[in-house]
Amino acid sequence: MDKNKYIINNLNVFWNKAQVLRSIDIQVPSHKILGIIGPSGSGKTVFLRSLNRMNDLVPEIRVEGQILLDGEDIYHPECDAVSIRKRVGMVFALPVPLPASIYDNVIFNPGLSGIRDHKKLDLLVEKSLKSAFLWDEVKDRLKTSAMRLSGGQQQRLCLARVLAMEPEVILLDEPCSGLDPISTAAIEDALRILKDTYTIILVTNNTKQAARVADNTAFFLMNEMVEYGPTEQIFTVPGDKRTNDYITGRFG
Amino acid sequence: MIIHPRHTQIIAISMLVILTVFTLAILVFIILFVFSKGLPYISFDFLFSNPEDMGKAGGIFPTLIGTIVLPLLAIIIATPLGVGTAVYLTEYTRENRITRIIRFGADCLAGIPSIIFGLFGFIFFVTTLEMGWSIISGSLTLAFMILPTIIRTSEEAIKAVPYSYREVGFSLGATLWQTVRKIVLPNALPGIVTGIMLSIGRSIGETAAVIFTAGSSLRIPNSVFDSIRTMSVHFYILAREGISSKNAYATAAVLIISILLINLVTYWIMNRFIAKKTK
Repeated sequence: MDKNKYIINNLNVFWNKAQVLRSIDIQVPSHKILGIIGPSGSGKTVFLRSLNRMNDLVPEIRVEGQILLDGEDIYHPECDAVSIRKRVGMVFALPVPLPASIYDNVIFNPGLSGIRDHKKLDLLVEKSLKSAFLWDEVKDRLKTSAMRLSGGQQQRLCLARVLAMEPEVILLDEPCSGLDPISTAAIEDALRILKDTYTIILVTNNTKQAARVADNTAFFLMNEMVEYGPTEQIFTVPGDKRTNDYITGRFG
Repeated sequence: MIIHPRHTQIIAISMLVILTVFTLAILVFIILFVFSKGLPYISFDFLFSNPEDMGKAGGIFPTLIGTIVLPLLAIIIATPLGVGTAVYLTEYTRENRITRIIRFGADCLAGIPSIIFGLFGFIFFVTTLEMGWSIISGSLTLAFMILPTIIRTSEEAIKAVPYSYREVGFSLGATLWQTVRKIVLPNALPGIVTGIMLSIGRSIGETAAVIFTAGSSLRIPNSVFDSIRTMSVHFYILAREGISSKNAYATAAVLIISILLINLVTYWIMNRFIAKKTK
């Protein structure tokens, strides 16, 4: 279980001329939850989006350094960004259901590869929605529009949509920022179970959430990674004064 | 002099109501006027029999065919071109000088009087390419005429699709084309259809460009290389040459009814389409 899913060497990211991430070195172990904490604007989201090449969509952003996914350099010129994004799913801060039925939202990715087998799709939808702790609430109305779900349900639908893609890694970018405590708990419960199957990287503004679910925690501040280690260590005996200040709420 | 805000409020509301009522009254008056002069002469025979004596007697059947075929062909030609261009401009290129030139060109073309398109169609399709006065010359000319409208309305509709939808597409392993096809176009469809509707209306009503390119034959065409007359052209000729004002108004009434019908059907289809996605 000590195998590393991601090995990141000297990652530097620039937005036009400004440097938004400064020499990040980090190894992300498989089947664990990595929590990334830090104040807004510290580069957490840019880091996350580098991991599935979503930054490619922003022409102003330039990524330097090496990101190895299972030993494969994902920024190698011959590496296909689309196939990386299939292996590395992403849940955004605001839930964005597509204006279609719950069912069609979940099968978006399988539909792309042309799977038309209804039995197979039905099973996949059920499995994904169950893993996202949403099945019981929506099983009787799978054909109704996803837009009519509540915010918390929509976010779990987005998670189910990613799970239906059967990725290896799940990136979550402040997935609970707009959710009430009960919906947040539902997502956290789902994550604890999902880490057996997937490697999970969770960016959160809520330090307590990292303390609750993350196995390892990284603290980002001012475009740099200040500290990285097992969650208990970060939250009990942080090695850096700035980490201590942040988790005890002295700034950020 | 200071007027109390409560009074300005009342004055503003009354002015706006008067303006709205006035606008509606003009529209209703025009429609009622044409209907009162034309509706009494509309019958099954009028719609489905051939004209006699240059349109003085008989029906308007060939012009009915012309009014359906010409705009339909024009739309079939212009829609893929226009929507394709709009997708390319919005999704596949970054804003640069070339996209700005294309957009500026489209805006200029949209403002050019239709008779110029008619003249171009006459010189290029009818004489240079030797297509003669024909359905195909007319449809191609109409297609060029409505192309700018379709490009610009489709572009606006595509731009109005939230960027986050595209991000979802990419993050779920879709290629750019899959994202366009599965997410962007379905969500832009109502706007694109609005542009197509405007264009249908414009081509049905077009007279000058059609006379120059499709001619004004009253025979039922055998192929797209035959000349044809649309209802608008028929109306123009009947009224201009004083052939029959009652048949002219009857034709105008049919024209108005068909445009109303097309709009109603489209709204109905679009509402069902949108309802299906959000209910």
